[in-house]
Amino acid sequence: MITTAVLVVRRLRPSDLARLATVGLRTRKLRAALSALGIAIGVAAIVAVLGLSSSASAGLLDEISALGTNLLVVQDGQTLSGQTAELPKAAPAMIARIGAVAEVQETGAVTGDVFRSPLIPTIDSNALSIEAASLGLLHAVGTSVARGSYLDAATAHEPVVVLGAAAAQRLGVDRVFPGERIWLDNVWFYVVGILEPAVLASEIDSSALVGFPAAERYLGFDGHPSSVYVRAQTGHVAAVYNLLGPTANPENPSQVDVSQPSAALVAQADAQGAFDGLFLGLGAVALLVGAVGVANIMIISVLERRSEIGLRRALGATRGHIRVQFLAEAILLSLIGGAIGVGAGVLATAVYASTKHELVVIPALAWAGGCCVAVPIGAVTGLLPALRAARISPTQALWSM
Amino acid sequence: MTTPGPVLEVDRVTKVYPTEPPVTALRDVSFAVVRGELVGIVGPSGSGKTTLLQLMGTLDRPSAGRVRITGLDIEELSDREVAALRATRIGFVFQQFFLAEHQSALDNVADGLLYAGLPQPERRARALEALTLVGLDERPQARPNQLSGGQRQRVAIARALVGSPAIVLADEPTGNLDQASGRAILGIFEDLHDLGVTIVVITHDRDIAARLGRRIEMLDGRIVFDSADQTAVSPGGKDHRS
Repeated sequence: MITTAVLVVRRLRPSDLARLATVGLRTRKLRAALSALGIAIGVAAIVAVLGLSSSASAGLLDEISALGTNLLVVQDGQTLSGQTAELPKAAPAMIARIGAVAEVQETGAVTGDVFRSPLIPTIDSNALSIEAASLGLLHAVGTSVARGSYLDAATAHEPVVVLGAAAAQRLGVDRVFPGERIWLDNVWFYVVGILEPAVLASEIDSSALVGFPAAERYLGFDGHPSSVYVRAQTGHVAAVYNLLGPTANPENPSQVDVSQPSAALVAQADAQGAFDGLFLGLGAVALLVGAVGVANIMIISVLERRSEIGLRRALGATRGHIRVQFLAEAILLSLIGGAIGVGAGVLATAVYASTKHELVVIPALAWAGGCCVAVPIGAVTGLLPALRAARISPTQALWSM
Repeated sequence: MTTPGPVLEVDRVTKVYPTEPPVTALRDVSFAVVRGELVGIVGPSGSGKTTLLQLMGTLDRPSAGRVRITGLDIEELSDREVAALRATRIGFVFQQFFLAEHQSALDNVADGLLYAGLPQPERRARALEALTLVGLDERPQARPNQLSGGQRQRVAIARALVGSPAIVLADEPTGNLDQASGRAILGIFEDLHDLGVTIVVITHDRDIAARLGRRIEMLDGRIVFDSADQTAVSPGGKDHRS
């Protein structure tokens, strides 16, 4: 006598399940493509936001590390009464005696405004400043001359000026030619050079640089440095950092500000690379809409495919077989959408980054997350339709046509 | 499958649909089909033959009475076991064929074994054998929309046969076909009968039923005639066997 033991429900083989999951996709291609598109747009938005911000910050970090992270800046701080404290004139020389210091250069703030000519109203100062600069400044801050030349031992004594990148732009000086001059605090100074932007010392960009001797002779400068740019030897940056205050002003170490510009820029780059909340939110909304679309399509699909479901039950499918088929179809649909979305997001990032000459950086979180998030989305959206499909009575499905 | 006793037993089966008011589709129906029989169940629409097919096919359960397939009482099986029973021991042929248009004839037939746990190459090999049985082995790769109605129904018959089921249940198999194709389908059933396949055909067409080996006539949810009994029962069913 036959026992029920021979009635074993067979699991679908993975290859068969994969084939069953594609039935809806193969028979209704356009509809499948449109519903996958919803997921694709959401994933693409998220991948692109993550990719673009990572690429932008990677570009900035790259530039910073090329410029070196060992630049330290000593600036005059404030006295207890809130006035600007002056650095001693000997500060640069004293700092240079620290063993691990490779390079010391200084600038000194000169009182006075910068004008294109004496005819400009004094109120249009363009927020430019005059700085007395030492001769090795460019190398220390990691910038170079864009046009013309920098100050040298001879021109440092003469009424000669070199303009920072922003200063040149604001004054409308884009070329250097003999006789080109600007009006510095009631004295004509001849422009001999224009600098490239100084990423690590952006205060130099908006400055007109003159030699220390010329500043003292023509502009009434007292010779006190206001900023000392120090290149520490790699590996000793922290130690030098701690020594700079007491060394620059042994009497009042607390009246000295010491900073590491690269650290601030790295923090800034990281902040720039932090996810743009608004766009991520938009991506998430698109993803949600896409998921609802997939659920909607799956429910319609289940209704349309009642006879197929009934036939499968007649061929021996259990409710579980039907459930897993539709669940797999929903997961496959959103997985395809996710993959297309990752591709589109990467493409968008690559195109945008290449137009800005940035590195293309797609964080693993973005592409792996984009694909992985599609699976639970498919599972959640497919659950209700799959349960509905499994509940359909085979007799009603086959005989209510 | 060497099962002693009948392949199919319907024992005092009643089916009441719980609609408002309740509809009694079958009343106290009993008969048995033994191995190798070709049975026609005939009756006008509303006589309960489709309900009977659903119960014989284990797609539904009776309100009262027992249905046994190869000796297994459906009442005692879980839904999953009943599904496994359908996968291995029952083949269905439907009036509307129910073929998947995106698949070849061969794969449509092979799907008859999808839930029986066989790997695809073996399913296809057996599907080709089944197509040979119905005379369609020359066009296994044809899509259903490239086939005539009669050929489609033959694919559906092959799908029902592919698992070598204990019983094949056909619901109005010629209902969607012209006369010539319908006759050809009946010819196939007769050939299969000669090969020893057990077949139950549901039809409203008395001419078709007359061609089948055994004829069971239904009216108003009761069996009013069974040629195996060799006795006509009056439509009132007063002396219906208990």
